[in-house]
Amino acid sequence: MMLPDIVSVMLDITSIIFLFAGVFFFMAGSIGLNRMVDVYTRLHATTKCDTLGQALVLIGVMLYEGWTLVSIKLFLIIVFVLVTNPTAAHALAKGAYLYGVKPCDQTGIDMYKERAEEMLS
Amino acid sequence: MVRNAKQDKVGILLTFIIMFVLWAVLSTLFDIVHLSLGALCSLLVAYFSYDLLIRPSGSVKHVSDILRNSLRFFMYTFWLLGQVIHSNIDVVRIVLDPKLPISPQIIKFNSDLPHDVALATLANSITLTPGTLTLDIDENKTYYIHCLTKRQGDQLLEGDMQARVAAIYGGGS
Repeated sequence: MMLPDIVSVMLDITSIIFLFAGVFFFMAGSIGLNRMVDVYTRLHATTKCDTLGQALVLIGVMLYEGWTLVSIKLFLIIVFVLVTNPTAAHALAKGAYLYGVKPCDQTGIDMYKERAEEMLS
Repeated sequence: MVRNAKQDKVGILLTFIIMFVLWAVLSTLFDIVHLSLGALCSLLVAYFSYDLLIRPSGSVKHVSDILRNSLRFFMYTFWLLGQVIHSNIDVVRIVLDPKLPISPQIIKFNSDLPHDVALATLANSITLTPGTLTLDIDENKTYYIHCLTKRQGDQLLEGDMQARVAAIYGGGS
């Protein structure tokens, strides 16, 4: 087998590994969405696992694509999702709390209560 | 805060370069019409809104300062990516555990970071590392954090991440 063949096969294998890892995290996020108990814990499971999941899947596609402009665009997508996803999660959580969604009974300490009441009054 | 003309020019130039590179990469058309159109648009955007991208903070006196801050930021990004993967595995372990061992709580802590960009960086970093979610920051720079388990909250209160963010923007106060 010639050298370029080996390199491209290795790249394919690595990209498949990345794709599978990404799919695994997506799956874990979805299972978490079903198993968790309230809005806030569900946000934990979905937003974070999805952020890593999409990054891994897109890195896999980037490796498959090689050094082209498409790869750079994919990289930009990863960066933008990494910046916007936590912001969206924060907005959802804060909105839910101020709308009146109570954290579940298992919640030990709630230090945000006073602040929220102060903001709503 | 005193802003001088030299800072403005550096800011406009940097914003223009970033905008133009983005345009070229996203359009992938390198003929003269599209590139000159891109240059015109980038110049307009850079002229009107460079101060949104390049903050005229006190630490930026030379271009080398901007480069050094960017380098620190890249180092921090790599550290953060490591943390993200590490703690994602943590969350996956909790989700797939049959007993679902969660002990959610909302905690708060004070920070002494210098300005808005630093505060937002820390808030997003906290949300990115699984197990912790920024609910709110108030005027006194108090963070309200929702944690999935008590242990993750305690880890956050040790303040390692805050120290690292402070190190990036250290000269910025």
